[in-house]
Amino acid sequence: MEAYLDNAATTKVSAAVMEKMNQVFMTDFGNPSSMHQKGMDAEQYIKEAKRQIADTLKCEPSELVFTSGGTESNNMALIGTALANKRAGNHIITTRIEHASVYQPLLFLEELGFKVTFAPVDEAGRVRVDELVDAVTDETILVSVMYVNNEIGCVEPIAEIAKRIKEKNPKVLFHVDAIQAYGKMKIQPAKEGIDLLSVSGHKIHGPKGSGFLYIKNKTKIKPILHGGGQEKGMRSGTENVPAIAGLGQAAKDMYANLEVNRKHLFALKERLAERLSKVEGVTLNGIPKEGIPATAPHVLSVSFAGIRSEVLLHALEERGVYVSSGSACSSNHPDISGTLVAIGVKKELLDATLRFSFSVTTTTEEVDYAADCVETLLPQLRRFFRK
Amino acid sequence: MYKAFLIKYAEIGLKGKNRHVFENILRDQIQYHLDKLGAFEVTREQGRIFVSCPEVYDFDETIEELQKVFGVAGICPVVVVESTDWDVITAEALKYVDEFYEDKNFTFKVEAKRADKRYPITSPEMCRKLGESILYKFMDQGIKVDVHDPKVRIWVEVRNKSYIYSHIIPGPGGMPVGSGGKGMLLLSGGIDSPVAGYMIAKRGVALEATYFHAPPYTSERAKQKVVDLAKIISAYTGPIKLNIVNFTDIQLYIYEQCPHEQLTIIMRRYMMRIAEKLALDSKCLGLVTGESIGQVASQTMQSLVATNAVCTLPVYRPLIAFDKQDIVTISEKIKTYETSILPYEDCCTIFVAKHPVTHPILSVIEKSETHLEEKIEEMIKEALDTIEVVQVG
Repeated sequence: MEAYLDNAATTKVSAAVMEKMNQVFMTDFGNPSSMHQKGMDAEQYIKEAKRQIADTLKCEPSELVFTSGGTESNNMALIGTALANKRAGNHIITTRIEHASVYQPLLFLEELGFKVTFAPVDEAGRVRVDELVDAVTDETILVSVMYVNNEIGCVEPIAEIAKRIKEKNPKVLFHVDAIQAYGKMKIQPAKEGIDLLSVSGHKIHGPKGSGFLYIKNKTKIKPILHGGGQEKGMRSGTENVPAIAGLGQAAKDMYANLEVNRKHLFALKERLAERLSKVEGVTLNGIPKEGIPATAPHVLSVSFAGIRSEVLLHALEERGVYVSSGSACSSNHPDISGTLVAIGVKKELLDATLRFSFSVTTTTEEVDYAADCVETLLPQLRRFFRK
Repeated sequence: MYKAFLIKYAEIGLKGKNRHVFENILRDQIQYHLDKLGAFEVTREQGRIFVSCPEVYDFDETIEELQKVFGVAGICPVVVVESTDWDVITAEALKYVDEFYEDKNFTFKVEAKRADKRYPITSPEMCRKLGESILYKFMDQGIKVDVHDPKVRIWVEVRNKSYIYSHIIPGPGGMPVGSGGKGMLLLSGGIDSPVAGYMIAKRGVALEATYFHAPPYTSERAKQKVVDLAKIISAYTGPIKLNIVNFTDIQLYIYEQCPHEQLTIIMRRYMMRIAEKLALDSKCLGLVTGESIGQVASQTMQSLVATNAVCTLPVYRPLIAFDKQDIVTISEKIKTYETSILPYEDCCTIFVAKHPVTHPILSVIEKSETHLEEKIEEMIKEALDTIEVVQVG
């Protein structure tokens, strides 16, 4: 049996997405910038995708810019707004549990002279809003907080943060990395006070190399890629029409069944959490006292005392179960997860943590099989450890 | 400009009556390498190896490939003249000097040969006549004759066609692979063992390799890394049969039964035993390792005594007296370094003790191994029965 439980890393492209992309690849392959009919045909796909995505966010199609994925969206949002607003101030606030594609551009901006504050989180991974709001000053131009954490699946109080930072400084822009949230959560940027929102296509059964950035109308932002002026100058480069068409289809499908999907994902998460929490020496990470319903439905982070995550990962792999290690760690290159440290996971468990993540196609049988495998493997692997 | 290469070889010229055997192996090796690039014709004639190039070929790429063939001491790009007429040869030689040497401020000498002694001009005469023509043509640009210690020797050979060459691009030296038997390389994912393989192959030794895999403690990526390393060195050594041995059970058994600080040394003794069995099956004449004295606990002279004691075949350790930096320098040159430093754990480090023995006493180690008597033979058999073979190159 095979159980692919690494859907927070990437998902399989759906048949509907594949069919749509195939149509563009093989038939409507024109360059949207071409003046002839072939170009116009291709342009229609971009318009359609924007419409489909705008419907899911309750925004205007003109507020969307297609990118090559989550990393580019985050870079565009952070670097683009910092450069466009540097006269207004040089201070940026984020959290200690952001993804590298937020963290690294911010380090780059620090090199350019911006000051970055990293707000702490509680033991379930939720940002300490009071401390974040305290950090806001007149100099603050941008706050960036992820919607759902990629490692532990905690959900940040986005609307509350937006409200409170803007009360303190109405000029502050609010960027949200929604790469793990989009398709699994209802997101309405206008209602929630979000100015910029990053999304990736391959996390929602769309193709790799696709994504978008929502930019609220009239937001001051500069492009980071310059050239032929596509996407109204925000993102030069011939549009990746097949990927864009696929992304639109994927977004539409995810939101058409959002509530059913969420129910299914939550059921899987509850089931696996229940099975594993009964095993000795197992801790679930990122679950607040309100319980699993207050977290993202598709990510479950689990620490196994006395095990090296990489070994358990490969042992599961031998049995067809695919998961991620909580932190990419090897003896040569210790690279402990920032999130796990930030939520206070014990030192000896940092390198003993796995992430299970589900998609709409994951079945109960797969989850049960994975739990069976873990139960069998734990006592075997615990016999051998580095003395 | 060049339609051919003349291959110079050094040591195999010394092999007396076996010389033709070595030359044939070298010819085959050159042919094998150049077949990857196109329809080159490699021939052995009258004590030299000659490469004829196809109509279209890439000069730099060809030189680079020839520089990977052990046994090649020098590569001479040759101008081929489709005539033996002396006036034509002279004209072509002048043209060659003019085009090849932009700066003509150097000393030279002509070295000429005729294969057919019936050719109307003798070799010394050819040298004098052509030397004179070249001197007169370019003397106002600074060219001078020096017959004792010239900067440039311009060779002219008259056979059924005529050949002109003057500069020698250095080859890797060594002996053609296959002229020295076959060795079993213990290949890990590290920096040293690929270099050891390269070095021993340079002495003409063909390679087979063995890698010890310990899933789930070592990953598929670690295994792929070793396959990739074998591929890189096969560019020099020719095809390599890589034996991948599943070592997990043996390793865990040692872990459970033997003192922990002896784990690595005992593991290495079992690796040597298994590698030797494979070596004997494949008619290898020795084991090859990347060990270097004192580099790690298992490579002290005392440890080497302990690991060496289980082998009957000789164990060749080409890096034994090399400093790490020297090994790194070679690995960079042969392009294995970037792959070697990829951070995947190998089976030697997963359970390594904090303070492994550095001065093992053979009798003590042998005594510890008696704790393994119950299952170890069966486990070795199982490991040998489940070997995965990957053919690279």
